[in-house]
Amino acid sequence: MAVGKLVNRVDAVAKVTGRAEYTDDFYRPDMLVAKYFRSSIAHGRVKEINVEKARKLPGVEAIFTYEQVPRIKFATAGHPFSMDPDHKDVADRLLLTRNIRFMGDEIAIVVAEDEIVANKALKLIEVSYEEYKPLIHPDDILKQGAREIHQGSSNIVGEHRYECGGKVDDALKGADYVIKGEYVTPMVQHCHIENHISFAYMDDLDRIVIVSSTQIPHIARRIVGEALDIPLSRVRVIKPFMGGGFGNKQDVVLEPMVAFLTLKLDGRAVQINLSREECMTGTRTRHPFHVQVKTGFLKDGTMVARKMDVLSVTGGYASHGHSVAAAGGSKSSFLYPRMAIEYHARTIYANIPVAGAMRAYGSPQVIYALECATEDAARFIGMDPIEFRLKNIVRQGDVAQVTGKEILSCGLSQCLLKGKELIHWDRKKKEYEKYKTGPVRRGLGVACFSYASGTYPVCVEVAGVRLVLNQDGTVHVQVGATEIGQGSDTVVAQMVAETLGFPFENVRVVQAQDTDVSPFDTGAYASRQAYVVSNAVFRAATSLREKILDYACLMTGEKHGKFDIVEENIVSADSGKFVLTMKELAVDSFYHKERGGQLTSEVSHKTTTNAPVFGCTFVDVLVDIPLCKVKINKIVNVHDSGVILNPVQAGGQVHGGVSMGIGAALSEELLIDPETGYIFNNNLLDYKVPTFIDLPEINHEFVETFEPTSGYGNKSLGEPPVITPPPAIRNAVLDATGVSINTLPMSPHKLFALFKKNGLMDPKGKADV
Amino acid sequence: MTSHGFREITFSINGKEKKLHIDVRKSLLEVLREQLGLTSVKQGCAVGECGACSVLVDDVLIDSCIFLAVWAHGKKVRTVEGEAKNRKLSKVQQAYVDEGAVQCGFCTPGFIMATTSFVEKHKGEKKTREEIRKDHAGNLCRCTGYQNILKAVEKCINSDLVK
Repeated sequence: MAVGKLVNRVDAVAKVTGRAEYTDDFYRPDMLVAKYFRSSIAHGRVKEINVEKARKLPGVEAIFTYEQVPRIKFATAGHPFSMDPDHKDVADRLLLTRNIRFMGDEIAIVVAEDEIVANKALKLIEVSYEEYKPLIHPDDILKQGAREIHQGSSNIVGEHRYECGGKVDDALKGADYVIKGEYVTPMVQHCHIENHISFAYMDDLDRIVIVSSTQIPHIARRIVGEALDIPLSRVRVIKPFMGGGFGNKQDVVLEPMVAFLTLKLDGRAVQINLSREECMTGTRTRHPFHVQVKTGFLKDGTMVARKMDVLSVTGGYASHGHSVAAAGGSKSSFLYPRMAIEYHARTIYANIPVAGAMRAYGSPQVIYALECATEDAARFIGMDPIEFRLKNIVRQGDVAQVTGKEILSCGLSQCLLKGKELIHWDRKKKEYEKYKTGPVRRGLGVACFSYASGTYPVCVEVAGVRLVLNQDGTVHVQVGATEIGQGSDTVVAQMVAETLGFPFENVRVVQAQDTDVSPFDTGAYASRQAYVVSNAVFRAATSLREKILDYACLMTGEKHGKFDIVEENIVSADSGKFVLTMKELAVDSFYHKERGGQLTSEVSHKTTTNAPVFGCTFVDVLVDIPLCKVKINKIVNVHDSGVILNPVQAGGQVHGGVSMGIGAALSEELLIDPETGYIFNNNLLDYKVPTFIDLPEINHEFVETFEPTSGYGNKSLGEPPVITPPPAIRNAVLDATGVSINTLPMSPHKLFALFKKNGLMDPKGKADV
Repeated sequence: MTSHGFREITFSINGKEKKLHIDVRKSLLEVLREQLGLTSVKQGCAVGECGACSVLVDDVLIDSCIFLAVWAHGKKVRTVEGEAKNRKLSKVQQAYVDEGAVQCGFCTPGFIMATTSFVEKHKGEKKTREEIRKDHAGNLCRCTGYQNILKAVEKCINSDLVK
């Protein structure tokens, strides 16, 4: 039995030996290199472009500008195709553009024999612009008469409102107290260590092969077809090993361009390998949110109403558009389900880098606001924040208001109680009472979240798996689910081994997705894969198991039901006595001249449920007032993700999410010049991703529940750990200092200003100690 | 320098002597990948920020993206390709596998070289978690929060102490 066991990653050895091949490792000596010519302004229009000097440079193969690309607008978001015309992604991109919408927008592209020549050629391109004032602040973007960044859009990408659990205005009137707050989250970036990279070539006159670091090979194939107006079957996308994505590669960023270039260059291989600087501003980011929250609650701590107003900024192009603000609203609504909720959100364009999908897709922003507001409400009536939450949070059997579906598994109360114990809440609360003045202050914070296990019913949830019994009695597995580092191949192998009864080592997952051969699956996003694929794997493995047992009957002349599979053998179901080896059975199925055939099983399954998941962060901080620095003494994340398939990998997901959350809380922000739209820190030196020394020990714990809608009782885990560290740290800093910091990140320069304003330091910046 | 900006260099790569005709503008990273096919050496930033391209030159950990290939002349270069021998992982590689220190794997070869250098440099010494953290701070990982990497390094250090 393999589910829930400590097994090593199926790709670990390939990775530690450096033999795992990533996109850049498929080196072809004849491959050309392409480099974008990007705008040096944030808002404007190209008046004139002259590429003649660049074209003459030896080693330059071709240059294309906005004049030479198809006039086909396409949408880049890595969503499944939607049959609902009202639910289409916004098609607002051309391969290259004359209209500049952010600094770094793609105007032309140079194809050369190597990167050195391509970079030289870029310097020889001459361009003149008609410049407009960059629209960066929401007030300017939404001002009457503001220039439309995309014609006809009024600078609004999408807007929606929902109300559930009763009338919010009535509920607010019935509340004993109503408090208001405003919370702002900045633009942050994924910073996967492998930058965006793709190359394409043609293997006959019509067919384009694209090798790409993508979370969504099947979707990328469709979008390339749409962008170039060619049938999808002429495009093959291969996803090899991949160096992280975190949502940034759930977007079709380079694939249409490399496909276009190879088409134009008679099938020559062309690669685009973005630099770190390009990757940080020319791909996608996390949407900055401005959130207003009104919370109504009773004297006893019962929350009765919540009104949220969200402004989400998508930058120069829609990409995932309004879906991020929409998902953030709906997935967070499971958390406190017994109150009236109104959620209104708008997503707007701006002349800043494009936002798209990023780990937890809108929830980190919405939950940050929500859990700051919840904390503020608890403090308002002087109630312990854990008690306050326990009174209001979701319990098993509650009905999710937005979907109307009963919540079948929920361990959030246990998560909170577990976290309380692990952080030593009661003891430290008392101990830290004497650290509320002076230069070194201490505090505790908590925040909780809800999330989902996929995108249904907004999008289709389909997973495909194919199992093949090999001649030696082992099994090969092909899945459409995309391994991007999160460990999905390993948990798929565990699921297959579990249901077949095979040893884990005898299950081999094919470690690449190739749209020519991989079963259809929409890819890695929304923490969907282990949940959605579990239902397909369970069915496929059950079916193969039946076929194997039937074949054993055929070989031995015994009746159905007589046998069982134990490890590598067929045994008697009654006595457990050995009958024959799996290898003997497999060899017979392949090579017996009259009976059998290769034993396979293939299932494509649509999941029409979406299990909510829950969890919380507890944090113990020390705030150094003179240094304006927050130090985390201890941080604990506790998750209800259903059955834990692989404890070590699950822990790894939590560690990575929490570290990204700590970065968002304390140090990460793409700094935008409010006048020009220039990004000051699009590199790993000035953009502060946590290093080894910046992170404390990250503790995690699971409260295992069993989710009946999932093949193995499991629910989502990949994204959720990132959600609650920022609000938990904010609440702990508030506990320590009495200062509410309602914008992220809580970096020293921000704390300095707020500590001065709140009298913790004198006007000259000297700590009041 | 020979004409046309090319030069011949001789160096040891994973224990074997090698003579190469190289473009003097190329980094060690580029030469290792393009001319020797040592693709464990990853490029994450190209300016010495992320550590994905870490290799050992005369047993000193360097970022090969900002180390010119010509500087490797006469030196001893080690990459992760040379660490597993006779179908057996090195102690450091095995610790990374066993402790779950690998996720997407892109930073892994660089990290393993960082740990290898750390472990060799401090053989038989007791090392604190803070020392491990500080020594590995030049290598970025976005997947693991460094937690299981820390465990893997500790395991290597401790196994040396037992011996």
